[in-house]
Amino acid sequence: MSVWAELTGQRDAIAVLRAAAAADRPGQRAAGSGNAMTHAWLLTGPPGSGRSNLAFAFASALLSTAGPDGDPVTDAQVKARTHPDLTVLSTEKVIISIDEVRELVRSAQYSPSVGRYRVMIIEDADRMTERTSNLLLKSLEEPPERTVWVLCAPSDTDLLPTIRSRVRTVRLTVPTVADVAQLLTTRDGVDPALAEQAARHAQSHIGMARRLATNADARARRDETLDLVLGVNTVSAAVLAAARLLQIASEDGKAITEERDAQEREEALRSLGVEPGGTVPPALRGQLRALEEDQKRRATRSLRDGLDRILVDLLSLYRDVLMVQLSSDAALVNAERADELRRHAAATTPAASLAAMDSIAEARTRIDANVNPTLALEAMLVTAIGVGS
Amino acid sequence: MAVKTAIPQLTWTQVRPAPVVLVTGPETLLAERAIRSLRDTLKAADPSLEVNDLDAGDYAPGELLTLASPSLFGEPRLIRVQGVEKLTEAFLAETLDYLRAPDPDTVLVLRHGGGVRGKKLLDAIRSGAGGGIEIVCAELKRDSDKHDFARDEFRRAGKRITPGALRKVVSAFADDLAELASACQQLISDSSSEIDEQVVDRYYGGRVEVNAFAVADAAIAGRYGEALITLRHALASGADPVPMVAAFASKIRTMAKLKGARGADGQLAGTFGLSPWQVRRAREDLQGWEEAGLAAAIRALAAADHEVKGAGRDPVFALERLVRVVAAKGRTAART
Repeated sequence: MSVWAELTGQRDAIAVLRAAAAADRPGQRAAGSGNAMTHAWLLTGPPGSGRSNLAFAFASALLSTAGPDGDPVTDAQVKARTHPDLTVLSTEKVIISIDEVRELVRSAQYSPSVGRYRVMIIEDADRMTERTSNLLLKSLEEPPERTVWVLCAPSDTDLLPTIRSRVRTVRLTVPTVADVAQLLTTRDGVDPALAEQAARHAQSHIGMARRLATNADARARRDETLDLVLGVNTVSAAVLAAARLLQIASEDGKAITEERDAQEREEALRSLGVEPGGTVPPALRGQLRALEEDQKRRATRSLRDGLDRILVDLLSLYRDVLMVQLSSDAALVNAERADELRRHAAATTPAASLAAMDSIAEARTRIDANVNPTLALEAMLVTAIGVGS
Repeated sequence: MAVKTAIPQLTWTQVRPAPVVLVTGPETLLAERAIRSLRDTLKAADPSLEVNDLDAGDYAPGELLTLASPSLFGEPRLIRVQGVEKLTEAFLAETLDYLRAPDPDTVLVLRHGGGVRGKKLLDAIRSGAGGGIEIVCAELKRDSDKHDFARDEFRRAGKRITPGALRKVVSAFADDLAELASACQQLISDSSSEIDEQVVDRYYGGRVEVNAFAVADAAIAGRYGEALITLRHALASGADPVPMVAAFASKIRTMAKLKGARGADGQLAGTFGLSPWQVRRAREDLQGWEEAGLAAAIRALAAADHEVKGAGRDPVFALERLVRVVAAKGRTAART
């Protein structure tokens, strides 16, 4: 099976990358494909469009000696992130730290050991600060002959101009709802009706759609979020709703991290030689503290991701209201709530819906800038219900 | 502290030698003073006093017994144990053993900074094991407590201070008891006659320590000018803009929750997960606030939080603007 098979709705991007992997093959250099390959790539596309999956498929094709469609052995190694010529930098924290990138730049200098290339992938390249990005410049511009950089980011404006000018950008499109639903049905065996609903609610975010389709709790949380916000009409209710939203987001985040945190701690204690339940000697506390700090950073990120999911859901709600108000025939994201949406649309104006959407966008910026999430959500909700504006 | 005890509970000034002296409470300054004065008393009684220090959190088995066993010359001993709130199992077991037969020539001082850890040991001492006393060093929270503390400082030194001067000193160092104590000592050692307001002004003039909540209180009550002045005082005495916004936010959030709520204080406290005094306070604060004003204040808060965290050039300006919106009860903000 080709490495490109499971990528949904990205025909154009795949064509470009496949041509690149096909070019520069010893003895097979096709005429006219001389410029197809380059040493630095940037894959951009909205969250959930499969940027990193595409990056790994590309890595698989580049590392494989079999051809542009890859071979199962290399592909398995790439999927397990154990291929010797593949280095991946991804982060579960809010930002990528400068030391991680230093290490990466150093290892970019090694020649490939078994494959044709050494592939360096940075997922979430937008999570590098300016100082961190600058470290990459030299290495991105003139890497050793057989090193290929693949950066992933939501859009190319998320990166510094100096980075953008050193990479070739491949843009991914948002897959259609039908494509995503099809993928869920064939790959995960989800019931077609549920798959369609999940794909629509996730607005074609593949990972999110999968979660909605396979996890009833996630669906319940999404429903509760929308009910909550539609029910808000006073400042008092807005403040209480904000608290509840934050709670939903942290439950959502905790469901992902809590189990791992406990397991990591146990493993760390075992490797430090501390018996279960025993006190940790003062000399070793520093190491545990480092672990806890890492986990705390991960929890911050996971709470923010949870909030962002909630805000995207809310954005879809007000977008639907606006579509109804403008009598557009665009498909509704929340088609199940059509009656409710119509009632809401009749009670407010398009200007109010736009103001609500702006306030959601503002809340996302603020939460990103480390504003107290409760405060950002409260401000968003009081604006969304139009009190005092 | 409403704990039933069989041993005397004393304040730090009443400290006296006993086989076991338990020093509890979070106020480090008072605890240190109590322990120092105990040491001075013992040293005056017998200059050959042997003083040893232990850390209960880093305790090696057998240490206590080694230090407390009688020596060849039988000199008195003082063992000071820090960090009993972090005690190890070994320390707990050995101290409980020791309490059964304390050495008559030894004074064992246990410093417990608060918390639930080591409760078994505290209970044992409080029930009378070892014939101990407890020195309670509770935190001085209220202004009147600090006032009394400062007055006692001057009285003990035999200095006279006018009531106005006393009030000035206390309000200049409202945050940290240690700072207040050292300010008092400074005044005591530098002035020969009665200490009046002029003397205090010469040393600590223009310094007022206020916390973020005082600024928020003044602003929410609509006292714009006072709020700005206290804001400047707070910033000048080391307050940070970020917690300042948080203080405003927590007060306004409570008010917003209670806006339009009806019922008895206690009942509302249950519904909203607040304590009854918070409810009472927030309802008083709500006088003159409209729904729209609250909404504007909440928006101003989110904007200010963003600005003090890097989106604005001047955090202090962001705070002043927030104070203006809040002091106007959100009304001007609706127009700007």
